[in-house]
Amino acid sequence: MLKLPNPGLDERILSHAQLEKLEVEEAGERPKWDNKAQYMLTCVGFCVGLGNVWRFPYLCQSHGGGAFMIPFLILLVLEGIPLLHLEFAIGQRLRKGSMDVWRTINPYMMGVGLASMCVSLLVSLYYNTIIAWVLWYFFNSFQEPLPWSQCPVNANRSGFEQECERSSPVDYFWYRKTLNITTDIDQTGGLQWWMVLCLISAWAVLYVCCIRGIETTGKAVYVTSTLPYVVLTIFLIRGLTLKGSVSGLVFLFTPDLNELANPATWLDAGAQVFYSFSLAFGGLISFSSYNSIHNNCEQDAVIISIINAFTSVFAATVIYTIIGFRATQRFDDCLGGNILTLLNTFDLPEGNITESNYDLALESLNATNPDIVNRLNLQTCDLNTFLTEGVEGTGLAFIVFTEAITKMPLAPLWSVLFFVMLFCLGLSSMFGNIEGVLTPLQDLKIFPKSWTKEAISGVTCLLCCCIGLIFVQGSGNYWLALFDSFAGSIPLLITGFCEMVGVVYVYGMDSRFNEDLVFMIGHKPNIFWQATWRVISPLIMLVIFLFYFVTTISKEFFYIAWDPESAKFPTLEQKPYPTWIYVIIFILAGIPSLAVPGAAIFRLLQMKIKHNDVNLTQKQAHRPLLSSVHFKRCSFIIFTIIFSTYLFK
Amino acid sequence: MWTVWTVWMVWMVCLVPTTSEALCTEDDGYKVRLSIKTALGGDAYEWNESEMFFFKATLAFAMRTYSGGEQYDVSNILVCDETLRVSFVFVVTKPSNTSELVPRTEVENAIKKSRHRINSAFLLTDQTLDFVGINPTLAAPIQYDTPPWLIAFGVVMGLVCAGIVALLVSTFLNKKRSKKSADEEEAGRGNGILCESIRGKDGLFNQGLVDDDRLTKL
Repeated sequence: MLKLPNPGLDERILSHAQLEKLEVEEAGERPKWDNKAQYMLTCVGFCVGLGNVWRFPYLCQSHGGGAFMIPFLILLVLEGIPLLHLEFAIGQRLRKGSMDVWRTINPYMMGVGLASMCVSLLVSLYYNTIIAWVLWYFFNSFQEPLPWSQCPVNANRSGFEQECERSSPVDYFWYRKTLNITTDIDQTGGLQWWMVLCLISAWAVLYVCCIRGIETTGKAVYVTSTLPYVVLTIFLIRGLTLKGSVSGLVFLFTPDLNELANPATWLDAGAQVFYSFSLAFGGLISFSSYNSIHNNCEQDAVIISIINAFTSVFAATVIYTIIGFRATQRFDDCLGGNILTLLNTFDLPEGNITESNYDLALESLNATNPDIVNRLNLQTCDLNTFLTEGVEGTGLAFIVFTEAITKMPLAPLWSVLFFVMLFCLGLSSMFGNIEGVLTPLQDLKIFPKSWTKEAISGVTCLLCCCIGLIFVQGSGNYWLALFDSFAGSIPLLITGFCEMVGVVYVYGMDSRFNEDLVFMIGHKPNIFWQATWRVISPLIMLVIFLFYFVTTISKEFFYIAWDPESAKFPTLEQKPYPTWIYVIIFILAGIPSLAVPGAAIFRLLQMKIKHNDVNLTQKQAHRPLLSSVHFKRCSFIIFTIIFSTYLFK
Repeated sequence: MWTVWTVWMVWMVCLVPTTSEALCTEDDGYKVRLSIKTALGGDAYEWNESEMFFFKATLAFAMRTYSGGEQYDVSNILVCDETLRVSFVFVVTKPSNTSELVPRTEVENAIKKSRHRINSAFLLTDQTLDFVGINPTLAAPIQYDTPPWLIAFGVVMGLVCAGIVALLVSTFLNKKRSKKSADEEEAGRGNGILCESIRGKDGLFNQGLVDDDRLTKL
């Protein structure tokens, strides 16, 4: 089997005998999980995140409903589980954080660790802003009536606010009261003080949970990983008792097998599996490195994958019962409005036209008085149109779902429960993200040794909070969408691919990885694992990456903006990105991706210089690979570029 | 003479209704629509003569309240164009002169002032008791001294800060405690052997030899 030359590997890793001794004597300073449950809950919490709730249901519904399960499950088995098992196994074996793991496997592969860290950092920045939004809605749920259930009145109490009147109370509350969004990305709009407070509270909660690393995180996950399931169950029971929920479920799960022929379905399924498992962030490698050496990582990988898939389907079911309810409410309101108009125009007694005989009545009235009926401009009411308004992402949580909640009795209670669930889902994912930042920072020895864990996590959280202020300005939502599309997509695919190739071909599958697994779990991984690790999974990742890359490059760069002046208001307007955005996009997607080859080239140059210098002096041999000074300089330059572009645009 | 008088009476009797009908037009009055079944569902009452009388009385009450005591009566409220929808047009005549109408604006202001009482009398709302052309004044928005969200924010931040302080303090205390015990160990160290371990053991038990035993097992 192909194996790339990798000299000096044995000196960098602990042998099996040494690992056994470490395990028995319980020596070593590496932190440990208190029990298996903490580890499982942390990994489940990291994998199960907001994407399961607001991305998967949308994909499921738009790609043929029940038929989407087929590509999703196939790719889960062929791509998700092998990659997950790989990350768990390599972390458990090498007992190092994501940065050190790659430095150990081969110093030229350190770029993979750097890329993971950069991506984790960029994702942490904007992900916590979403949690801040969730907190804002949570804080605002403690009042009756909910602030997004009705439009505010205008100055002379003669009508409602214009912007709200033209769109809807939920839209107005989201775009105006929460984001106070500007019309385009060029206008910053200044910091929104209420969102700054929410951002500070989000980072403060994260800090209190991560203050001592897994010692505190391990306790927090007992709540953050289990509460979402409790709330989802409550919502399922509540949702099924609402009118119209079944039509939502039927709409979601009705299979359309023609979608299977569409390559976009398979691509989206593959991408969803990959991102849903939070692979290539480095967090999972860190978490499994705190395990005991003989932990059964194979079993863990399979169990967590099953739980993740189950949660996606479960969440989709719950979401669509509520969406079905909302769509039915909207349909009833639409029809009710039409019926009232007809009754008023023709002075017919109430109850003459009902939902059941609406079509017949309309026909007969149209036959007798066609001009009057035409002048009424009756709306067409179609249930399917309302169901397809399901949307995804923040639109689903903060617009569609909040509207549905206002129509339920005891609305504040459901609102509180819903946003607590979203908060827990987001926070447990943030634990993994921040782990993917903190552990490499410690490995790189950026901070002085005298600093405690509390100080390091405190400074990191504080810095991230300050940089995250970008996202709480008026134009913050546009920045967030930018970060989401570019920082959290292409670099992850590259890193994931390199991880697989690195472990299989650089670390070595035959003599090393298989032996390691025999040592750790007692048996050699079977033909399924061999086939997927060596060929199938890397191939799938490569295909997904190429398609993603091609579609991103070829599509026009525009963003959708909330512009009350636009003609199509309240539909969001497509605007092209300004030219300086390309610098930002390069920093977001390019720098982490280029770190992979970049670090290898850097190392090559350093070795060459060392070779020349070794003849002159002996002292140079002990310079660290990538000193903290270099790293500080590079990061300083990067951030100066970001801020100067932002200031001088 | 007597027949002339009878003919004149009959003519007057026939004319008065037509005069009042002539007064009652939608341009001079307001159209009202009631949606009783929508509002009350199963508890809906039947719209009949008595309900109409009640409505006229309510309107007269509204006019009296607005005008500050002018003696409006049920007979001052003229109703026409009744339909099965339960909609009709009404006008208000002046109590002093029944052939003169009260201006529309006055009627509108009177209804706006007593709108809530009129709605409650009929167990209806602004939407189900519709005066076409009179828009309901919207309820004043609820004003809070402190916005509720700030209170929730304060509670959460208070708990979080308390947690952070508690954890930092406990770390600091642990450090001090471990430093103190390390200092005590330092004080007792002679030639690498802890005093505590040999205290009370007749000085024969040497820790340094224990590990060797493990290796020399044959």
